Order: sequence, then structure tokens, then C-alpha cells
Amino acid sequence: MIRLPLVFALAALIALPAYAGEFYVNLASQVLIAAIVAMSLNLLVGYGGLTSLGHASFVGFAAYVYAWLTTRLGAGNGVASVSALAATTGLACVFGLVALRATGLAFLMITLAFSQILWGLAYRWASVTNGDNGLSGITRLAPFGMSLDSAAGFYWMTLGVSLVAFLAIAAFAGSAFGATLRGVRDEPRRMAALGYNIRLIRWITFVYAGFWAAVAGLLYVNYNKYIHPSSLSIANSAEGLLGVIAGGSGTLGGPIAGAALITVLKNYSSAYVERWNMLLGFVFLAIVLVVPEGIVPGLQRLSAHWGVRKQ
Amino acid sequence: MQFWIIQILNSLALGGLLFLLSSGFSLIFGLQRIANLTHGAFFMLGAYIGASLLREHIPGIDFWLAALIAGLLVALLGGLLERLVLRRLAGNPLGQVLVTLGVAFIISDACLMIWGGDPIPVPTPQAIARPLIVGKLAFPTYRLVVVGIAFAVAAGLYVLLEKTRLGAMIRAGVDDMQIARAVGIRVSVLFTCVFCLGAGIAGAAGVLGGPIFSAYPGLDADMLPLALIVVILGGVGSLVGAFIGSFVIGAIYTFGSTLFPDVAYFILFLPMIVVIAYRPEGLFGRSRA
Amino acid sequence: MTTPALDIQNLFKKFGGLPATRDVTMRVEVGERRLILGPNGAGKTTLFNQITGDIAPTSGSIRLFGLEITGLPPSRRAHLGIARTYQIITLFQKDTLEHNVMLALLGLSRRRYDMFRSLASMPQMREKARRALGQVGLDQLGQRKVSELSYGEKRRLEIALALAQEPKLLLLDEPMAGLSTNERATVRNLIASIPRSTTLVMIEHDMDSALSLVDKVTLLHYGQVLVDGDRESAVAAPQTREVYLGL
Repeated sequence: MIRLPLVFALAALIALPAYAGEFYVNLASQVLIAAIVAMSLNLLVGYGGLTSLGHASFVGFAAYVYAWLTTRLGAGNGVASVSALAATTGLACVFGLVALRATGLAFLMITLAFSQILWGLAYRWASVTNGDNGLSGITRLAPFGMSLDSAAGFYWMTLGVSLVAFLAIAAFAGSAFGATLRGVRDEPRRMAALGYNIRLIRWITFVYAGFWAAVAGLLYVNYNKYIHPSSLSIANSAEGLLGVIAGGSGTLGGPIAGAALITVLKNYSSAYVERWNMLLGFVFLAIVLVVPEGIVPGLQRLSAHWGVRKQ
Repeated sequence: MQFWIIQILNSLALGGLLFLLSSGFSLIFGLQRIANLTHGAFFMLGAYIGASLLREHIPGIDFWLAALIAGLLVALLGGLLERLVLRRLAGNPLGQVLVTLGVAFIISDACLMIWGGDPIPVPTPQAIARPLIVGKLAFPTYRLVVVGIAFAVAAGLYVLLEKTRLGAMIRAGVDDMQIARAVGIRVSVLFTCVFCLGAGIAGAAGVLGGPIFSAYPGLDADMLPLALIVVILGGVGSLVGAFIGSFVIGAIYTFGSTLFPDVAYFILFLPMIVVIAYRPEGLFGRSRA
Repeated sequence: MTTPALDIQNLFKKFGGLPATRDVTMRVEVGERRLILGPNGAGKTTLFNQITGDIAPTSGSIRLFGLEITGLPPSRRAHLGIARTYQIITLFQKDTLEHNVMLALLGLSRRRYDMFRSLASMPQMREKARRALGQVGLDQLGQRKVSELSYGEKRRLEIALALAQEPKLLLLDEPMAGLSTNERATVRNLIASIPRSTTLVMIEHDMDSALSLVDKVTLLHYGQVLVDGDRESAVAAPQTREVYLGL
């Protein structure tokens, strides 16, 4: 069923470089990358009921592997991409096996600890990661010889990858497996009694989410042509989580909206506010305290509340 | 030999500081089920407060008083956080965690704004600045003192928990919140007390760690994961677990950093993985059946 | 002697120092209907939890159709043919009745790992779900959300989920608790209509409702088996009177 508004939106997105300046096209690329991260994280948070503060580590790890393979080993972009995806998915397999021994807050703490360890490694294993200097000198991949150095070119590739990601994640979430995932989130004991392997279901989701985070990581490193340990920081994971929560983890599209909001906020606020982390912290507080279910459902709730009071 | 003495004392001192940090975290989590991600920031804030107090050379304020003042101020901040913010999110553990994370960001950027980006050194207290010479070996006195303080605090917390009414109430609350309420324990006051205690200890610990680490931006991000690993390893809510875990992690981190500097951080991974693989509730944690 | 459906030998469960299950030995034959009676705290649900695998016993063995199942996780036991209902409602409140039953059907099917097709696109399963709902008289409410149901209807849905698994051993934990007289009659008829291919073990607090449905009765008190026999002798046994008059 093709809905007309979606078709228009898609057309508008595709035609973006025709009517928007380079700054906005680049911003759109950033938003799309953040959206992929948010959607993949939401598989864990919204659908799986597993809040992770370590998702950025998959994004960053893929970026580092790609950067290292292309700049240090001189590997081709294709080989580096596939290797980065494989390595990150493997990392997610291992992380998942350990972290999913726990649930709830313990799981959160383990993902946080894991991600900090990876961040610490990125900073200190300077012989490999070049520490605080980061890895630079990356050239954007050029599929089939087409250069993606222009803002528009990169944007179109990102748009294409994003659409594939969205469709894949949406299909996963809406599938029979997705239904079992939600069941595990809501009543794990009941699901076990019905014959479901709870740990396996959660682990598969964790790995799948990690895979798409890796895809976002590849786009990220190609966009920036640079990777720095700060991309693996808790702040980055927190930003991603904030995007999911701000948009509303209960829906498919919510995280996309939330990620867009956070990305735009970050870009614009850097002109006025020096301390992004502090602003991030305040936004966290505001959202969790005022509209915990997400901005859109929250505003609906608040306006209904005020509307009733006026009467 | 001298090298090993230094390393051992370094690791013991780190273990002691980690215990001070993680004991508060463990108590708060055990009692209120809040994973207080602000804890690292409390430590850092304490360090900065202590460092700037000492920098001014205010007559009468020596190292120990500075630590006490820092502890009290951070405890106050913790109390405000608990009462004004976390209280509203009762029953929403995820929200509480996210909020503590947000506050951690705010505090860490505020410290950057107030004290700038350069590390502020904290001078070792005069009286114990000189090493203890035994025979041909020199023992860094301050580190010995830190270990001593950690042991003293551990003993104090033990006495508090096991021998006092307040401690009994805390243990009751950790065991079963509903029943504790039902027998009349003022849970609300208890929560604030424990949160303040945990925060205060972390803040004072920040000053105590000053001569070793100084106060620098990012201290919170360095300490928090270590505390988390200690708590995960030792078992949440268990003081014994926090004690043992702290010294284990202190040792691994110190010796790891010296012997395998590049991947020391990674080595910390391993005991945590091993423990979680076999006992997800930590070495001394209670399994939540 | 044929293999019993459920063979429990010397089962012990201690929580800390507290013994919840003390040397319980029980044999339930295939097709039998067994009632487990006992006052509150007798350890009835704890016994169920050990049979389903939610709790590990301290010692003793549990055999399902001859197979030792101690140590197997609950999900494996579901695949071996155990289904149960719970005392507290553990239904998927935000989903429709049909969705709830489909999850029960999916649990034992290979399709549960299908990451492409949605549940809606599995017409055969939906048909089965509708029939399962029909069995408990809830087919008209298939598209309603569970949260909209009355308590009695939710209890019936619990039973529908368990029956949908086509279990070989069905454990019902106080299926009639909290129901009105009419609802009780409906549930009693429902239980009576379960085919003998399913072995039934039921916990009920109230003797009167459940007695006519069962062949044998086991009385538990303080975790121990006090009485174990067919209906008439169990009711006549002095311990039964003691335990129930003492209430």
C-alpha cells in the first residue's frame, strides 16, 4: 500500500540537493546517519526492552576498522567495508553473549562498561588507533568509480543506504520474530513457558542492531573522512539514546524524528553554545521529566491535559 | 624491589579510592535500584572543590578539612538531586539512570567552564609528604594513608550496616522494600540519607585522590567505568563485593598499565567477563531469582 | 506398569533455610486428572514452578513421560509438552486476544525465527488461533485488547493459550480463583471437555469446585504430601479434615 504523503516525502528527499544549499544537504546526510543508528538502537530499546548505552561503540568500531584498513594497510574500500561490517558484527556477537547474561540496569551498566573500555582502547592503543590524533586521510569510497566527494553525491548514496536500512529494520520489527521480541520484552516468563529461547531472541536482536550500527559507522567515517576516539564516548551513545527516547521508542518512525531533532540541535547550537555536553544533559533532564514517552506522544498528552483544564 | 613496592602501593591506593567510590554506588543501587551514573562526576567535583580550596591557601583549611568540605558540598548536591529530580521518577528506573547521566554531563561541563581545561594539582598534605623509609626501601606514605582511610571507611560502613539501627533499616530496605515500609521504616528519609552518604564519600574521595590524579576534565569518565566494573564484578549491593572487587581491579589496572600500557584497559575486561559468564550477579551479589 | 506422565521422586526445595517442598513423591498416570490441594503456603505453586523449570529443586528428580527433566530450561520443557497457567495474569495486555493465542502457537513452531514475514501474513495460524479462542468461548472478542477483558475472560484466555500448545501435560494453577459462580461453571465445563490425551494436574484451593473434575487428589501441607489417593479416600482421610477444618 503506497501512501501518497510518503511518496511526496521521498521525492522531496531525493530532490533535496536541487533546492537546498550544501550546508543543508550535508546536514541531511548527518541526519540520515543518525537515523540509522537510532532505528537500530530502537530495536533494542523499544522493541526489545533492553536499554544499551554502548551502541555508539559499534558505530565507532566499524569506522575505526575501515579507517585503519584503508589508511594503514592500503586496503580497497570494498574490502575494508566488508571487513568492518564483519568485524563489528563479530564484536556484537561477543558483547551480546556477555552483556545479555543480565537484564535491565545490570545490562545497561555492562554495555556502558564495555563501551568505555573500547573508548579507552581507542585513546591509549596509540600504535594502532593513533590515540588522540585520530585516523585521518580517508578517501570516500567510490562505488563503480563514481566519486562521492560532492555533498550531493554522498547524500544520495546515504539516502539509498538509509532506505535499505529502514526497510530491513522495519521488516525485522514487523516480522513474526519481531512479535516474539516484543513478547519477550513484555512477559519474558510467559514467553519461556511458551517455548521461546529468551536469550537467543535477545542475542539475535543485539547482533542485528549492531550490524546496522556498523553500516552507519561506515557512512559516518566516509562522511567525515576522519575518526576520533570521542566518537566512541558515552556522550555519543547517550545522544543516540536521547534521539530514540525523544522521538518515542514505541514507534518505528519516532526514533528517526528524534535523531533528526538531536542532530539539528547539535549543529545549530554549536554556534551559540560552547558546551554541547551540558546542553545535552539539560535536554535529557527535560525530556525524561516532562515527556518521557517521547516528544510527539508527550505533546499530545500535554495538550489534551491543558485542553481539559481550560474547560 | 623498589619498583614493585611503588606498584603495589599504587594499586592498593587505587583500590582504596575505587572502594570509596564504588561503595556509595553499590549502596545506592542496592537500596534504591538507581544506577547513579553521576557518581564519577561527584568524584571529580569533589576533587575540583578540594583543589581550588587548597589553591587559595585559606588559613585553617588544610588538606583534610578540604576533603571534608568537598564531601559535604557534594553530599548536599546529591541530596538535592535525589529529592528534586530522582524522587519524581520513582518507579521509572530507566528514567532515573538517564537523568543521572544527564546530570553527569552537566556537572562535567560546568567543571570545565568553572575551572578550565588544565589539570589542577592537589598537593600532598605536608605531614605525610615524605616517604616512609624502612631499611633500604621507601614507601610512599600518602598512598599508605589512603589505603588506611579506605579500610577505616570500610570498617565504619560495616559497623553502620551491621550494628546500628540505621544500618538495619538500610539492610531491610535492600532485602525487601515493601516489608520495610510496612514495618514503619521511613523509606523516604532513608533514601535521601543513603544517597547523600554515597555522594559525600565520592566527593571526599575525589580530594583524597587529588595528590595521585589531580583534578582534570575527564576524571569522571575515567573513574565511572572502573566503579561500574567493580560493582558488576563484586555484586551489586554487596559491600564485601565492592571491597574485594576494588582491590582486584586496582591491582589489574595498575599492573596492567605498567606492564601492558597499550591494552591495559582491555585487560580489565577479562575478569568481568569471566565473572559475568559464570555468575551474572557478581561474586557476592544475591541472585534475583 | 506404563510410563507415568509425571513422576516426581523425593523432591526437596529450600529457600535459604526455609523448606518449601519436603520430600514430595508423586506419580501421575497418562490421561489422569489430578487435584493438588492445600492451604496457602503449602508449596503448591512452588511445586508447579519446579515442574515447569522456573525454579530448580534443591534435590530430587522429576520425570516427564520417563524423561528426566530436572535441569532443563522452561522453554525446552514447553517443547516436551508441558503447558501451564499462572495465578497472576501474565498475558500480553496491550495486544489482541488473537495475537496472544498466536504467540502461544508460534512458540512451538519453526516460524518463530521468521524475520521477514509478519504474523498477519500467516493465515493458517490465524485460523488456528480463532479456533482456539472458540474453544473457550472468546472467538467473538478476537480483535479486542486483553486489557479490555473482564477478569473471568482473561482467565479463560490463559487456558486458551495453554490449550493452544496442545500439551501432553497441562498444569492449571488455581484456574477458578476470583471467578463468579457463572464463570466458574464455564471454566469447569471447559476443563471437563479437555481430551484425555492431555494429562491434567490442577491446583485449586477450593475443594468443592474442582473435586468432580478429577480422579485423584494429593494434599500438600507445609511442603509435604499428607494424603495421596483417589477422590473418595482423599476426602475421607482424617488429615484432609484436619487441614481444612483448621482453616
